[in-house]
Amino acid sequence: MLLNGVRRAAIARRFGAGLQKLEQSMTLSLRDSVHLVSDPKHLDASVDEVFRLMLGAEVERIQDPLTTQPESVTAVVGFGGALSGACVFRCGAHEAMQVAACMTGMEFAELDDTVKDGIGEICNMLAGAWKSKVPELSAHCGLSVPAVITGRDYNLHVQAPEFQLIHCYSFDNQQFSVTIVCDGIQ
Amino acid sequence: MSEVRTLIVDDSSVMRKIVERALRQAGLDPLVVLEAGSGTEGLDVLKTIQVDLILSDINMPSMDGLEFLRLIRLQNLAPGVPVVMITTESSEEHVKQAIQAGAQGYIRKPFTAEQVKERVLPLIRVA
Repeated sequence: MLLNGVRRAAIARRFGAGLQKLEQSMTLSLRDSVHLVSDPKHLDASVDEVFRLMLGAEVERIQDPLTTQPESVTAVVGFGGALSGACVFRCGAHEAMQVAACMTGMEFAELDDTVKDGIGEICNMLAGAWKSKVPELSAHCGLSVPAVITGRDYNLHVQAPEFQLIHCYSFDNQQFSVTIVCDGIQ
Repeated sequence: MSEVRTLIVDDSSVMRKIVERALRQAGLDPLVVLEAGSGTEGLDVLKTIQVDLILSDINMPSMDGLEFLRLIRLQNLAPGVPVVMITTESSEEHVKQAIQAGAQGYIRKPFTAEQVKERVLPLIRVA
């Protein structure tokens, strides 16, 4: 439900009333290049770019899933247009504060609005960097503004996506995951 | 260089701080920063204070950066003041839209202080 709302916002923001016209006029089908869009290397390159440039941090892809955290933060940025879906950034509360500290140079003791804002922006930049790896996607896919969820013991479920990438990373002994969910591609 | 009064428009307070830090690292000094969390707030600032430089995000709730830019030009709020868009959107179409709306520069997030320096300092010198 959340993803649908975010996605609708992305479509409206990017294309407004011209969406139908755009869909009709789009001659290039992303579906024909779905292997390129879903290439896992694009996601790794995007994460590396955002963390290196904005946090000055080197990230490493890890194979183990994230360990369960008592409190976690999830940021979601929706894709709309040629591809519908979402970019999801998830980490524990401590990791979120560490990311925000690297971004701002400030210290954080709780998940305040600045931390949530920072995590939302990281997700926003990841989504933008990821879609910029495929020119057709960059031009015909819009982004929603980020939504940030905090809480305990919750899971993200997506029904029958076209494709889904779930990658886990570490930096400075902190772990986080980035998920690209695509549930519609033209 | 004389004081550079800069308006930073972004719905993210963290991003406004990062942009300010990048401007300082780029050598914009002395720098006076005015912040706005939306295009509407940005317009209000420009109605009361004269600035030397505007940096604005594009993807913002209620009024996006392109609409903000169009209204600045339409209302002649900051004549001759360079506007640089800082955004995650980086396709040629987005850049074209920004230039058509009246932007002089475009920086894609994520960015480095060096990129900010390369794209902003020449505009300040010209202005």
